[in-house]
Amino acid sequence: MKATTAKLKTVKNKRKVNKSQIEFWSMCILPILHIVVFCYIPLIGIIIAFKDYKFARGIFGSSWCGLDNFKVFLGSTEFLHIAWNTVKMNAIIIVADNVAAIALAVLLYNLKSRLSTKIFQTALITPNFLSWVIAAYMVFAFLNPNYGLLNKILETFGVSAKDWYSIPGAWPYILTIASIWKNFGMGSILYYAALMGISPELFEALEIDGGKRWHKIRYIMLPELVPIICIKLIFAIGGIFGGDFGLFYQVPRNVGALYSTTDIIPTYIFRVMRVQGNMGVSAAAGLLQSVVGFILVIATNTVVKKIDPERSLF
Amino acid sequence: MKRNNLISQIALTVVLALLSIAVVIPFIILVSVSLSNETDISYYGYSLLPRQVDLTAYKYVFRNPTTILNAYKVTAIFSFASMVLSTLMISLFAYPLSRKNFKPRRKLSFIMYFTTMFNGGLVPSYILITQYLHLDNKIWVYIIPGLFSVWSAFVMRTFFQGLPESIIESAYIDGAGEYRILFEIVYPLSKPVLATIAVGIFLGQWNNWYTSMLYIDKPELYSLQYMLQRLMDNIALLQENQQLAEMITDAVDIPSETVRMAMAVVVAGPVLFVFPFFQKYFVKVMFLGSVNG
Repeated sequence: MKATTAKLKTVKNKRKVNKSQIEFWSMCILPILHIVVFCYIPLIGIIIAFKDYKFARGIFGSSWCGLDNFKVFLGSTEFLHIAWNTVKMNAIIIVADNVAAIALAVLLYNLKSRLSTKIFQTALITPNFLSWVIAAYMVFAFLNPNYGLLNKILETFGVSAKDWYSIPGAWPYILTIASIWKNFGMGSILYYAALMGISPELFEALEIDGGKRWHKIRYIMLPELVPIICIKLIFAIGGIFGGDFGLFYQVPRNVGALYSTTDIIPTYIFRVMRVQGNMGVSAAAGLLQSVVGFILVIATNTVVKKIDPERSLF
Repeated sequence: MKRNNLISQIALTVVLALLSIAVVIPFIILVSVSLSNETDISYYGYSLLPRQVDLTAYKYVFRNPTTILNAYKVTAIFSFASMVLSTLMISLFAYPLSRKNFKPRRKLSFIMYFTTMFNGGLVPSYILITQYLHLDNKIWVYIIPGLFSVWSAFVMRTFFQGLPESIIESAYIDGAGEYRILFEIVYPLSKPVLATIAVGIFLGQWNNWYTSMLYIDKPELYSLQYMLQRLMDNIALLQENQQLAEMITDAVDIPSETVRMAMAVVVAGPVLFVFPFFQKYFVKVMFLGSVNG
């Protein structure tokens, strides 16, 4: 009797387990389908990079052209400055955004008043919730050659007004400031959260040992932030041939005269595809970007793993 | 020592206050220009505070509101639909991945994770969406391709994993199916993460100009932000009858400087009012992300 009920129970449980598995799969199926359609099927489209793509003929009907598209991209006069802009600007922005975010987190952490912390955080995060379109309007309010605030300020100091939208040399600075303005508040929250996790005993111990305020930052706070910095760095290096499309497209208002300093690989890919309609060359540039990014992520991760296995991503 | 502390707290507050003001100044300028008089602008340029408050720009914006109202409607529809459908879809994937008795969860995680490291780039997706799925110039193009988000799925999975297993198990022993466990037990316990991801999706969509730029040619399907982007160079877009506006040429009548900024305020306004209420959720999820590291 006992045996049979036990048997019944296991049978019932087994059926239930199977039911669970089926239910799990039924939940997953739509998301999986979505990933396959929008992430994996486009991988087939990589072959467009090796084809002379014509809309009328489709992907498979268009004729092969070997590495011609890559030659066009790599051989173009623009290539060197685009590649240089991309790497340079990404490197500057990664460092600038994160240094600003860490500095802000340390400042906020040292502030005792909860209420002020909250007010400041709210104000500093706000730009993150705006689009780059709106941000571009704000930048325009400063830089508008006729009415802009910056020119007005310069004029009061006796400096003549400048047409900022035709001075490429100014834009690396403008874009960096715009990026910090939009990102550092939100970025600081992650670091702030990590700092909040530090046990106060560490600071007490340092005080007993006669450590200075600077030592708190140097020996306790910064080491606590290293893991986050590592993860951010791995991703950032992987994306160093990418970049924030909105920042580089909207803020300089896609002005051709500024391309020499504001054009990066993503804006180039977009322009070649949507404006020039050259699918093959655009796809080739996109493929190069993906492959280099992939290699860089793996390489950085390997290096980080060698130095400190706990800090690596996978 | 104490006095020293007080001084440093005051200094810190001053520094942070100045920083906050510097960050907020662009908003003030935007609002100030939109409230200015067009002739004042052409004489004195933009300023931090309007010389005299003048509502002409707003009157102009709302005199002929069909274009804006339509963009608002389109944006509201796809933002709201995305928020609901995406959150549902992400949770439907995150939940099985959080359960230890779902064997393929590691493989599925990897399949998902790989997409963040390598992708086909812009051209293949563009061709898929326009040539094969024919989603261009349809409102669905705002919703369907972005329905799933790997990062949100990871955050949600991590949150689900942190829920006490005993609750889920006891529900299971009581005979609840997985769907019931998800919707009636896991959902109510996961409000903060669900709210954050939902609001994040909504804000992302509210700020979406990229999809319109790539896939939409019909002005009646422009998103709010894209309309604003177009307005920067072509203020005449605001007029209901575009051809007529072009005939009048270069919109001599339009107080273009102030109207432009008024439009930006009208577009950005709702977000700025709504987001402080959800700020705590964003902070919470950031904490979650850092723990997950």
